[in-house]
Amino acid sequence: MSIAPLQALNRFGLGARPGETPPANPHAWLAAQLDGPDPGLASPAFATLPTAADGLIARRADFAARRKILASGLPLKGNFKPQTLAILRNDAKAQIDFALTTDAPFRERLVWFWANHFTVSTRQGGIQPLVGPYLREAIRPHVTGKFTDMVLAVERHPAMLLYLGNAFSTGPNSRVGQRTHRGLNENLGRECMELHTVSLRAGYHQADVTNMAKLLTGWSINPQNQPTGFMFRPFLHEPGPQTLMGRTFPAGEQGGIEALRFLSTYPTTWVALATKLVRHFVADQPPQPAINHIASVLADTGGDLRAASLALIDLPDAETPLTKIKTPFEYLISSLRAAGLSGLPVEMYLGTLNRLGQPLWHAPLPNGWSDLGADWSGSDAVLGRIDFGYTLAARIHEKNPLDLAHSALGPLLRPATIQAIRHAGSKREALSLLFAAPEFQRR
Amino acid sequence: MALTLSRRATLLGLGTAAIAGRTRLALAAAPTDRRFIVILLRGALDGLNAVIPYGDPDLARLRAPLIPSHDKMLDLGGFFALHPALKNLHSLYQSGEALPVHAIAGPYRTRSHFEAQDLLQTGVAETSINSGWLNRLIVELHAQNNAINPASTGLAVGMGMPLLLRGPARIGSYAPIGFAKPSPDLYHRIAALNAADPVFGPAIRTGLQTAAFDQATLDQAAPNPHTKTYGFDGLAQAAGTLLAAANGPRICAFQLEGWDTHVNQINLLTPPLAGLDSGIATLKSALGPAWRQTTILIVTEFGRTARINGTHGTDHGTATIALLLGGAVAGGKVRTTWPGLKNHQLFQNRDLAPTTDIRSLAKGAILAQFPLPPSALARIFPSSTDAAPMTNLLRT
Repeated sequence: MSIAPLQALNRFGLGARPGETPPANPHAWLAAQLDGPDPGLASPAFATLPTAADGLIARRADFAARRKILASGLPLKGNFKPQTLAILRNDAKAQIDFALTTDAPFRERLVWFWANHFTVSTRQGGIQPLVGPYLREAIRPHVTGKFTDMVLAVERHPAMLLYLGNAFSTGPNSRVGQRTHRGLNENLGRECMELHTVSLRAGYHQADVTNMAKLLTGWSINPQNQPTGFMFRPFLHEPGPQTLMGRTFPAGEQGGIEALRFLSTYPTTWVALATKLVRHFVADQPPQPAINHIASVLADTGGDLRAASLALIDLPDAETPLTKIKTPFEYLISSLRAAGLSGLPVEMYLGTLNRLGQPLWHAPLPNGWSDLGADWSGSDAVLGRIDFGYTLAARIHEKNPLDLAHSALGPLLRPATIQAIRHAGSKREALSLLFAAPEFQRR
Repeated sequence: MALTLSRRATLLGLGTAAIAGRTRLALAAAPTDRRFIVILLRGALDGLNAVIPYGDPDLARLRAPLIPSHDKMLDLGGFFALHPALKNLHSLYQSGEALPVHAIAGPYRTRSHFEAQDLLQTGVAETSINSGWLNRLIVELHAQNNAINPASTGLAVGMGMPLLLRGPARIGSYAPIGFAKPSPDLYHRIAALNAADPVFGPAIRTGLQTAAFDQATLDQAAPNPHTKTYGFDGLAQAAGTLLAAANGPRICAFQLEGWDTHVNQINLLTPPLAGLDSGIATLKSALGPAWRQTTILIVTEFGRTARINGTHGTDHGTATIALLLGGAVAGGKVRTTWPGLKNHQLFQNRDLAPTTDIRSLAKGAILAQFPLPPSALARIFPSSTDAAPMTNLLRT
């Protein structure tokens, strides 16, 4: 087993930083990152950030402030200063700065991988102040734990309950349903099966989706319930047991929990997760033996994500040449790490991600951002990266661009790129060439 | 090659709004004078709310809150009416240039957005193939004209390449964005550094070529002061201008999002419908005389439940509407085999039942627009003999 150090830093990490000594034993270095609690949560980096319940309170305050301004006849512009936006920006800055500086970049990659697997997006549900808390409360604590625990944390989190419209989904025969003739919103029921757990491979039917949605009725929100703002509302809950993929689950909050335990340990779930993990860390066309191996580790350990992550670095495929094209997020983080930059204004982070086509926490649909190079390598996207690299190069004051190139890519650096950097007319041009080199686009 | 991209960025207004927004666009060249535009509504448009069958006695029983008042609906001849936000579409209908097709669905019955969107774009019922039917159309158009190298004619603008346009015919895409721009010389050195790379080499070459053409074409066009410069409207203005140009692209695909109305549909469906409606008017005006040679096909992956759900929205369904628009379209009527809305007439007692296959409409529109032999059509839509092309879609 011998992953090359720069392979480890790029395939499993977020790119090298200047002056960083490549790990002498890459395998041990990666494995050690899977021990202990989330380094971000264990550090002071996120200590002052609000909880999801705080976010729900801010959301409510913003609604009220907005209504008041509109009622007074004043224009919103200039008068409405949403707290929720400030929360979003603070959280974005803290978590991106953490990604730029962390010594456990593999662990951090896993955080963003799982956050994308369980996508919530500010496109719907008014969840701007909840996405940051969601990563910190529902994703980070479980990245090396049991998959079931992550599923339970995610599906109960207000960010997900509002994003997929479950918070007010009503059992037709519940107290509220009987009185108001309101009914289900089956969105979360469907996506938690299709995208989060068993996937379409399981071959379930519409009735299963409807019954899962019934089991999840009453999973709602309450800003008073610190820290996560979850509340089970029995008056919304559909009474009676429900059948899901051949199993029967009781009514009540416990029925939904048991159903999620069942889905999150179903055999097709292991295959779905293994496929996504191998696609993310190895290749767009994930090799079947690697998928089988990761799926079997998940099956054998009952969904132990630490074991699955360890198995990823043990794959023979982990040593193959780097073919994965960085997403805009990975490109931004790795180029700033290569430049040794962090602590920049949040506008820089968010603006760059907007322009490169991957606005932060704003995926178009619940299946999240694509993990395929074809979706990020259109000529528009590639020219955008070139322009970003040229813009960034102006801010870097490193004395010798070639040193910076070597610390970023080491032996991955091609002779042609070294030549081009040597012959560049200015430091800025040299660094633009580095950031636009094909070997810098991959990880 | 002089690239003054910032000017074009201003012209198009393609700042963060277009990219972070809900619209994406890609265009491609083809050896033809006829224009073919596909607009994908990603997220599943509620056909019963866009083209409302108000004459069906069961509609109010299923979804009274989603039926606009009679004075607001835009009537289509006594049984159907357009949603109040679709004013420009209504004008096109009245001038016979818009043809709604109702109770239409793809050949698949999945209610998964992601699977259905893929199948809608690959144009097949089940097996996954990795090219889009619009790309295969371009391949066939080149083959008919004995054009050897489709790669050399690829031309595109905008962010994102839909699966619909992926495949053997090489298509670029370009969206100018607000970063500093390297000098032409540095662009060339970067292109050289990537020349041998299978992904980045062609992407950069195509990007630099198309940027130059787009820039020149858009520089010549008079900006339309009434058009918004962002979102679908802004991209429609740019696309219409490029498609109208003598040597411009001929095939174009938009992706519009915002249709997945599980919650509060009355309020949340109006803005995307109004945006679609306004962009179509912009597209027509930017196309100018080329409108007569243009056919626009608007499709979505599936419809939504006939009944309202528990959060004032609708969940994933089956049949919906599609629209065919254009200067030569035989419109001014609604084409449908109406399945009815009684409980037993609904698909699985839940959704509007499908009576027309989307591939029949797409194949009919392609045949009406381009003189292709049946063998070519069979390559564009493989295994689709059960979906015969619709006829009489264009005025002759």
